[in-house]
Amino acid sequence: MSRLERHAPAFVASALLVTMPWWLQAAGGYTELASRIVILGLAAMGLNFLLGFTGVLSFGHAAYFGLGGYGVAMTLRYLVPSSAVAILVGVLAGTVAAAIIGALIVKLRGVYFAMVTIAFGQVFYFVAFRWNRVTGGDDGLTGWARLPVGVGPLTLDLRGSDLAFYYFVLALLGLSAAAMGLLLRSPFGRTLLAIRENERRARFLGIPVERHIWLSFVVSALFASLAGALFALLNNFIDPRALRWDQSGNFVIMAVLGGMRSFWGPLVGAGVFVLLQDLISTRTQSWMSFVGAFFVLVVLFFPRGVLGFVRRRPAS
Amino acid sequence: MTSLLAVDNVTQRFGKLVAVNGLSMLVAPGELRAVIGPNGAGKTTFFNLVSGLIAPTSGRIYFDGRDVTALTPEQRVGLGIARTFQITEIFPELTVGENLRIAVEVTSGQRLRLWRSRRRDGEVRVRVDELLGLVGLQPRADRLVGELSHGDQRATEILMALALEPRLLLLDEPTAGMSDQETYGIAELIRRIHRDQRLTILLVEHDMRVIAHLADRITVLAEGATLAEGTFGEICCDDRVQTAYLGAAR
Repeated sequence: MSRLERHAPAFVASALLVTMPWWLQAAGGYTELASRIVILGLAAMGLNFLLGFTGVLSFGHAAYFGLGGYGVAMTLRYLVPSSAVAILVGVLAGTVAAAIIGALIVKLRGVYFAMVTIAFGQVFYFVAFRWNRVTGGDDGLTGWARLPVGVGPLTLDLRGSDLAFYYFVLALLGLSAAAMGLLLRSPFGRTLLAIRENERRARFLGIPVERHIWLSFVVSALFASLAGALFALLNNFIDPRALRWDQSGNFVIMAVLGGMRSFWGPLVGAGVFVLLQDLISTRTQSWMSFVGAFFVLVVLFFPRGVLGFVRRRPAS
Repeated sequence: MTSLLAVDNVTQRFGKLVAVNGLSMLVAPGELRAVIGPNGAGKTTFFNLVSGLIAPTSGRIYFDGRDVTALTPEQRVGLGIARTFQITEIFPELTVGENLRIAVEVTSGQRLRLWRSRRRDGEVRVRVDELLGLVGLQPRADRLVGELSHGDQRATEILMALALEPRLLLLDEPTAGMSDQETYGIAELIRRIHRDQRLTILLVEHDMRVIAHLADRITVLAEGATLAEGTFGEICCDDRVQTAYLGAAR
């Protein structure tokens, strides 16, 4: 494969993303919608680091997504008037929680692992739901708004301009994708593929499988919590639904929809998911049943997802 | 001379079934030892015990004088015990080259390297090519290993075990299901690594031609215990061995 060919997907992806506010607007969308696609896409790509490239299914990534969001909201509401600090706090909260929970569950496999991740996720959901005084409970946490980032002339007006916020989000997606891409092409990334392909062989090559799954889990949750932090900033709001198990399920759907064996697949899946939701929910409350039907069709007919279908494995 | 592997009175029970029953064995450094026996004699269980897949019900296992009974498979690989499986264990959706590359990178202590490095990637590539060259697999290096012939898959697994630079190599029926020509190729490979690297090898094998050709000594297992031990000539004339095999056949 030539250099150009190898990097083509990244080029196509960046071109589409950079111009998204325009073509989405032309198609009847709006800038916020573009930001939502990128943010949920980042969460799904984070989940897929674990699901698609380590072979471990987490059904509880909304926990880290939501912790990122609450970290941002509570920092801006109670602590420091700085979007940057808020994002750092959110990412730290989600990642630390994942490091602790991951260490407890990393010996479990398959459906047991998935079930326990749901259970831990729901713990955070109920805390946010019940702890009215601090989290705002069921009504969510309001009374704060995202603030500009940067200093002096290098200030990005996140608050006043939806477009500025979109490019801020896109830049963070770019950095995250680069980081995940580099990790996956490193020897460490190859040990994760090894675990996905054949855990027993990986173990008998001397790879401490549990430790590597834990690392992958933490990396994966880090990007999910970054996405959650941005999600809260996008809406100037966070509520317990961001932590709930159905949000976790949506991330899995996005990853599988777009193609969990391809790097950009989950982003495509998030795009399809969000656009379908936006399109159908204006007409009917039961938009999820349409997304569900579409999901079933994809799984039945294109098991490698939308992107896996568009871009067949090159003959080797 | 002290033994590289010392198995001391090891028993493995699965419920009521006694798969290995008070087995003891000494393997000298540089020895190629064949382990034979009728089906159900406990050969694979014995390999699982030595490689750490399961922990024995009782008894101890020593490797190079060190008690490894409680160590995990990963730790034993670190000490130099590598193995292949009766049913090939490889990474089917990766290429042959990638399969070996992972093994080489783990062995050279790079499994936690998070970045790409031209120099180290180059070193890894050289080592991978060297391994592929042992069985002439270079032309198929970029093929997905799951698409290769059974023989090439088995060969890839053996190369992965060799990539670990082991001091003790456990081969569980390496030529099972192979054509005569493939069997010859694998037997040659085993003979060469044993001769050139003085690698200690434990070999479970059914093909008597391969055993006669390769093994320094043979241990015959029956019902989880050692029935006889000796050279090929000594073993094949042993009445008890003949009874165990023929008895099992009838």
